[in-house]
Amino acid sequence: MNLLPLVLANLRRHRLRTLLTVLGVALATFLFASLRSVVTTLNAGSEVASASRMVVTHATALVFPLPMSYRERLKTVPGVEAVTWANWFGGQYGDGKLFFAQFAIDPESYLAMYPEISVPADQRAAFLAERSAALVGKGLMEKAGWHLGQNVTIRGTIFPGDWTFTIRAVYTPTVRALDDRSFMFQYAYLDERTEHRVTPGWYVLQLRDAGLAPTVAQTIDETFRNSSAPTKTGTEKAFNQGFVTMWGNVQFLMNSIGMAVVFAILMVTANAMMMTARERTGEVAVLKTIGFTDRTLFGLVMAEAGLVTLTGAVLGLGGAKLLYAGTAFNGFGMLPGFDVTAGTLAIGFGVALLLAVASGLVPALRAARLSIVQALRHVE
Amino acid sequence: MALVEIRNVHKSFQRDTQVIEVFENLTLDVQDKSFTALMGPSGSGKSTLLNLLAGLDRPTSGTITVAGAQVNAMTPSALAAWRARHIGFVFQSYNLLPVLTAFQNVELPLLLTRLSKKERDERVRIALGVVGLGDRLEHYPRQLSGGQEQRVAIARAIVSDPTLTLLDEPTGQLDKRSAEEVLTLLQRLNTELHKTIIMVTHDAHAAEKASQVLHLEKGVLAP
Repeated sequence: MNLLPLVLANLRRHRLRTLLTVLGVALATFLFASLRSVVTTLNAGSEVASASRMVVTHATALVFPLPMSYRERLKTVPGVEAVTWANWFGGQYGDGKLFFAQFAIDPESYLAMYPEISVPADQRAAFLAERSAALVGKGLMEKAGWHLGQNVTIRGTIFPGDWTFTIRAVYTPTVRALDDRSFMFQYAYLDERTEHRVTPGWYVLQLRDAGLAPTVAQTIDETFRNSSAPTKTGTEKAFNQGFVTMWGNVQFLMNSIGMAVVFAILMVTANAMMMTARERTGEVAVLKTIGFTDRTLFGLVMAEAGLVTLTGAVLGLGGAKLLYAGTAFNGFGMLPGFDVTAGTLAIGFGVALLLAVASGLVPALRAARLSIVQALRHVE
Repeated sequence: MALVEIRNVHKSFQRDTQVIEVFENLTLDVQDKSFTALMGPSGSGKSTLLNLLAGLDRPTSGTITVAGAQVNAMTPSALAAWRARHIGFVFQSYNLLPVLTAFQNVELPLLLTRLSKKERDERVRIALGVVGLGDRLEHYPRQLSGGQEQRVAIARAIVSDPTLTLLDEPTGQLDKRSAEEVLTLLQRLNTELHKTIIMVTHDAHAAEKASQVLHLEKGVLAP
C-alpha cells in the first residue's frame, strides 16, 4: 500500500508549520553535530599521540619551565631512547586576528621524534641550517598567504620584542588530527635572544617500548621529587588530554548543551505533531470508516513525524558536514582537523530517529485508538 | 435470504450515570439490490443503526449479518478489512480530505486493495464519470460546490464496488437542486447498477426516491 502521497499531502497542509518544524530539527541536529564534533576532534587530538612517547612537565603546572640539565639525566633513565624539548612562545602576529600556535623546538631531535611532521628533505636542511628559520604548517601558509623565504615578524608576549623569522620549510601532517597551522622555530634562537635565560617548557621522551611507560614515569618523578623543579611524567596522550581538560569538562558541557537543544526541539516537534493530529481527528475517523486499520493510521502519523525529523536531520547533519569540510573550519586554530565524523552522523541520525518516535508516538497512538463514532460526532 | 439481517439487537449508551437505551430487540431484513430510506426524528437511532451496519459501532447484544458475515463478532482489524471490501459510506458533511484532489479522495479506498496503479486510475475515472464529475479529477474539495463534493463522496463510496452503500443524510447540507441531483444519482445507482443502498434522511421527498421506507421512532421500526 503506497501511502506516501497521503503523507506528503498532509505535510503540505500547513506548509509554514512543516517548514519551521523541519528547520527546527535541522538546527538542532546541526548544533548537535557541531558540539559533538568539538568533543571528537579534541579526543582525536589525543588519540594521534604515540603510545611510545612520554611528556615531562613541571609538577605544578605547564607554565613553569624545567632546567636544561634534566635533558642529560632523562637520557640515562632506563627505557628512554631519545629526548627532545620545546617551549611555548605565545607571540602575536600582526593585529592578532590571525592566531596560531608557536613553538620553539630543538629541530633535529624534535623532527626525528615526530615522523608525522612531514618536511621535504631540502627544506628540512634549510630549516636546520639557519638559526632564525621557521617551519610552518601548510594550513597556516595558505591561511596567511605566506611563501617560502618570506620574513615574518612576531611580537613576543612572554619573550618581549619583535622576533623576525624566515620561512625555510613547510610541513604537512601525515595524520589529519595533527594541527597544520603551527609555527615552529629553533630553540637555539630563543635561547640566544633571551641570553640563555630560557629553559625548556617540557621534554618529550621516546621509549624503547610503550609498555615501559609506567616504570619510566615513576623513575623520573622519583628522581626529581625533592628538586627545585619536580616533574610530572605521563604519556603524550595524557598530556594532550590535559590540554582538553584545561577547557573544563568540555565533553560534559558539549553533551549537555547538545541534549538540551535536542530536548527543546523534541518539545516543539511533538507539539506540532499533536496540533496536526488534533486538527485531523475527523479525517482519521473518515479513513477508519473507509477501512484503514488502526495499524495503518498509526504508521501514517509516524511516517509524517519520521519524514519531518529525518528531512531536518539530513539538512542539519549534511549541512554541518559540508559547511565544516568546505570551509576547512578549525576553531580558529584551536581545533585542528575539525571534522564531523561518520560516527557523529550516525548518532545524529539515531537521535533524529528517536526524535521522530518520541514526537510521533502520542499522536499516532491517539489516531490508532480513536473511536470512530465519537470522532464523527464532532465532525457531523 | 436477505443481504442484511439484524436480529434482536439491543444497543444502549452510558452517559455519566445514566443508561440510554437506543434499541431493544430490533429485528430487520434488508434485501439485496434494494434502496431503503430510514426516516425518523432526531434521537430515534437512525445514525446509530447505520453505524452498527457499517461496523463502526457494536451492538450491546444481538447479531448483525451482512452478506453472510456476522459483523458484530469481528475483531477490529478484521472489521476494518471487511469495511474496506463491503461498505461504502457517505456522510452528511461529505468529509472529503481537503488536501487531496477529487481523484485522490476517490482513490483512497482502492489504496487498501491489491489493484495496480493503472487499475486504480481506471476505476476512479469510472466512478467519477458515474457521478458526472469526470472533468473535475484534479479539483480540490474547496474548488467544488457542495453538491459536487457530495457526488465525489458518493464516488468514493462506490469505487470499490461495495456490497452495501450507507448514506447518512446525504442531502442534509445541499440546496434543492443539488439534493435532487444526488437523489437522482442514488436512484440510478440502485436501478441501473443494482447497488444496495440504505439512506438515513429527514426529508420525506428524498425518502420517496427509495423503494422501501422504514420509520424509526424511539428505537422501534415501523414500515
